Amino acid sequence: MSSNTDTLVSNSAAPASAGAAPSRPHFLSGVRWGDYLGVAPFLVFAALFLIVPTLYLVVGAFVAKDGSFTLQNIVDLGTPQIVSSFWISIRISAASAVLGSVFGLLIALAIIRGKLPPAIRSTVMTFSGVASNFAGIPLAFAFLSTLGRLGLVTVILKTVFGFDMYRAGFNILSFWGLTLTYCYFQIPLMILIIAPAIDGLKKEWNEAAATLGASPWQFWRYIGMPILWPNLLGTISLLFANAFGAIATAYALTGSSLNIVPIVLYAQIRGDVLNNPGLGAALALGMIVITAVTNVIYLVIRTRAERWLK
Amino acid sequence: MKHAKLWSWIIFGLGAAYFLVPLLATVQFSLSIRRDTLSLDAYTNVLQAPAFQNTFGYSLIVGIATIIVGLLIVVPAAYFVRLRAPQLRPIIEFVTLLPLIIPPIILVFGYIRMYNSSSPLPLTNSVVGTNILLTLAYVALALPYMYRAVDTGLRTIDVQTLTEAANILGANTLTILMRVIFPNIIVAVLSGAFLTLAIVIGEFTIASLLNRPAFGVYMQNVGANRAYEPAALAVISFVITWGAMGMIQLLARFAPRTAARTD
Repeated sequence: MSSNTDTLVSNSAAPASAGAAPSRPHFLSGVRWGDYLGVAPFLVFAALFLIVPTLYLVVGAFVAKDGSFTLQNIVDLGTPQIVSSFWISIRISAASAVLGSVFGLLIALAIIRGKLPPAIRSTVMTFSGVASNFAGIPLAFAFLSTLGRLGLVTVILKTVFGFDMYRAGFNILSFWGLTLTYCYFQIPLMILIIAPAIDGLKKEWNEAAATLGASPWQFWRYIGMPILWPNLLGTISLLFANAFGAIATAYALTGSSLNIVPIVLYAQIRGDVLNNPGLGAALALGMIVITAVTNVIYLVIRTRAERWLK
Repeated sequence: MKHAKLWSWIIFGLGAAYFLVPLLATVQFSLSIRRDTLSLDAYTNVLQAPAFQNTFGYSLIVGIATIIVGLLIVVPAAYFVRLRAPQLRPIIEFVTLLPLIIPPIILVFGYIRMYNSSSPLPLTNSVVGTNILLTLAYVALALPYMYRAVDTGLRTIDVQTLTEAANILGANTLTILMRVIFPNIIVAVLSGAFLTLAIVIGEFTIASLLNRPAFGVYMQNVGANRAYEPAALAVISFVITWGAMGMIQLLARFAPRTAARTD
């Protein structure tokens, strides 16, 4: 029963202290141990199944086979096989992030600012919610059915137009094949993230610019784009990280014919193909660094971008 | 501005083509298992395969377990952060971002190193232990979505008044959580649950590396060995994802709202 009165006291006291705020309260003051009991499972879970396993790998990257400290694993990341896998991963992630952002932005602009019927907008947004979650193995199957050697588009181009994509050099199991496939979840993600930002472009700005004699091109060049730009850059880095960590689609699509980093790591976990557990951890460290940096860029840019779009 | 309308139709048309052609192609491919005629054989082959039923059932159970464990962790945390410990909010929100930053393959790699047979908590030693590990991995994956859904739900109700009212009536914290807060955010919770299910049901990387007979692993297996069945599986998965997202949209209409206190 005492906890009940505690709550009442603290609740009635809270608005007063929040309103006056004479001195900034200490970080943990006002938190009673009973409250920690509610948050504790969450924090324990996060420690045991998110933070410590990741740190375990980070530390493992600096441990030699005999258990001593070493930088050799990091140096070994410089072997041609690993460098080329990072390079192809970075290229695919960057290409799908840029293409996904550009087309996502264009589609979002079309449905929001292009005066299309309102029904189209809500349909596109709902579909984006579905498609951004339609990744992994089934997505690979869908693109094999479309652009594979016996895929619908391949066959139609060949029989109706006499154009053999595969003879022309296209292959679904390649850089462009995978990039095109990744766009299927990158574009919808872009639409979902950028739509609120485009909504934030106020109609008044448009009218003010028009009153001053600006053409639509000038509006976008000097007002629209500079405001959307931080959002755009931030989202590109988010999409980059999104593609960089993905493996299921690539694995189902290409097997191990395209050695992107997650697929090399997958093979390493399965059967220690690099013959060095420390090197596996170093590979993981490389992935963590790249996805962490791109995500931090996204978060920093996003908080700055939000200033304009209140 | 008439031109604007034309270009937006062109962009929309191109986008619609990019997104709809693969779906049409997949449906068409899944129906063409027999030469010169459309048939549903690929679907019957898939649906009748014991491996399909077993792995789908397995993933469904793991998904439901994920939702339950996730809610037990997330709901109290979100409630206490909102009501009494807003100082902890930055920490909690940072933690909920981690699964988006750490790729699943890194997470499972860490688990395999940390919970192997020679560790103090050898979860990968037994089938039950590995199932628990898989469930907890999925809880980690679903954490951002689950937390956001629950927190959004809490924002639409007046947590403080409800808690005070229940307190005055003599309810303890557990009763408040179970019988006052939870029923009020059930719609938000359910939409988080459906999103979790959509993510978990076809997950491949973690299940495969933990050697569990999950639906994603089965799909990959079929893809490596069959021609037309994978297309049927893709259509089935798309319908499942669509169904889960549709449920979320539908649920949003039934969300209860109590006006937040303004004093």
